[in-house]
Amino acid sequence: MAIFKANLARARARFNSGRIALLGLASLLTLFLTLPLLALTLRAIPLGIDAWLSAATLAALQLSLITATLATLIALAIGTPVAYILAREQFRGKPLVDTLIDVPMVLPPAVAGIALLMAFGRRGLLGPALSVWGIELPFTTAAVVIAETFVAAPFYVRSAKAGFGAVDRKLERMSASLGISNFKTFFRITLPLAAPSLISGLLMTWARALGEFGATIMFAGNFPGRTQTMPLAIYSGLESNLDSALALAMILVVVSFVILFAARAQSPKGLTLG
Amino acid sequence: MKRMHLFAIALGVMLTISACATPTPNPTAAPIVAPATAANANGALTVYAAASLTSAFKEIAAAFEQTNPGSHVEFNFAGSQDLVTQISNGARADVFASADLKNMDALQKQALIHGAPQVFARNKLVVIVPQTNPADLKALQDLAKPGIKLIVADKTVPVGNYTLQMLDKLSTDAAFGAGFKDATLKNVVSQENNVKAVLSKISLGEGDAGVVYTTDAQTAAKQVTMIDVPDQFNVIALYPLATVKDAPNAALAAKWVEFILSPQGQTILLKYGFIPPS
Repeated sequence: MAIFKANLARARARFNSGRIALLGLASLLTLFLTLPLLALTLRAIPLGIDAWLSAATLAALQLSLITATLATLIALAIGTPVAYILAREQFRGKPLVDTLIDVPMVLPPAVAGIALLMAFGRRGLLGPALSVWGIELPFTTAAVVIAETFVAAPFYVRSAKAGFGAVDRKLERMSASLGISNFKTFFRITLPLAAPSLISGLLMTWARALGEFGATIMFAGNFPGRTQTMPLAIYSGLESNLDSALALAMILVVVSFVILFAARAQSPKGLTLG
Repeated sequence: MKRMHLFAIALGVMLTISACATPTPNPTAAPIVAPATAANANGALTVYAAASLTSAFKEIAAAFEQTNPGSHVEFNFAGSQDLVTQISNGARADVFASADLKNMDALQKQALIHGAPQVFARNKLVVIVPQTNPADLKALQDLAKPGIKLIVADKTVPVGNYTLQMLDKLSTDAAFGAGFKDATLKNVVSQENNVKAVLSKISLGEGDAGVVYTTDAQTAAKQVTMIDVPDQFNVIALYPLATVKDAPNAALAAKWVEFILSPQGQTILLKYGFIPPS
């Protein structure tokens, strides 16, 4: 009995030291991830009002908000059917399609930009066809939206697919057995049930689009008011106008935090990206 | 709970191993028997250099490593202004080579430079068009042709600043007219953050014309055609270099500066289109 008690005490002591080590390591990483943001905040907060509200800052902010929203709406419009099919249908080559949709998420941004030029650039695959219609995409605001959609839409498709996959099919069958059309069933049953995942996916997409840098500067170039989004303005401002760059960086950090936080609150079980 | 416990132990063990591993000296960095004279003149050298120096410096590094056995040159190529930002914020560099005096001055003002900077090369601007020349540009005057897509470097980048100076000079000439600069700037579709980005967008044929250094244009001679800018309108860029204060490898840094200024270094720079310092 005594031996058993001693063993138990030893086990408990070991457990406690393990727990302390775990907490220590966890706080180390949390600190590591938080410190740069904290340092940025400390530098940005005392900045004068003109850094926050300069014409250049506002132009970049406005362009970023518009393009990220458009990219998110495009992702919603064309991503929802893709997500639904991937969640519900079985077909040959499905793993291939699934993987291809993921690829833009892990591509180095410059590669995404070059690939977009190769496809939609003046000398790209579709370039000659587009120019027949008088369309030249590079260096336009449309190019910014395309670059953002390319890198950010997969986030929505991932999340929406998981959302559709989690909807209880029995409810849909029940609805169908009551003579309700597929169309109505989708909008009255499937969509509301999947909505939290869809919304969290949209928020992730918006946040990713807002932070897009590499593909944009490669495909759309860098021109204030036309293609210079917040991340590009921050990069260009590092030398000429550090205060304005810091103010923009701060806005970007705060917006990203709020969106990620909202996405987490929306999502049924934390962030569903898989 | 039990699994968390094991996980913590595993993490702890990993941390201990890595902590033990760090102080082990790198055998190549500290040979046991080192002649006293060669102290520190080997090992790694970190050179921060303007993007336009990329090709020339890489070749010089190969020659330098042969002349100085046991040395290894590592580069960070970027726009000069990015390098200044990095060094100002504590990046560990041995040598800084800038594409203009302004950025070197910026570091010197912060007392981050050891000794006086030395001009080791010069460069000048050239207008480039894609080999296919989609906008059919033949002379400098054509830069003001409405609707062409002109790509320049941002004014914060040395080459971008020089481009504006060049346009100013051209505008004072009767052959171009006072409105030349404004008309040309209206054609700018992108202000790139470094000269290589200007070059690649013209090489890819996405822009109709760009302004880069002659040295950059030469690296893409197959993809672009040059339109010469006469010297009276051109801006001659001075390239200074200096060893960085508190350089981790000061002895090797001094050797690098010496090597760049030596006939061997200068010959390589010449090969890549740089003009000798004076």
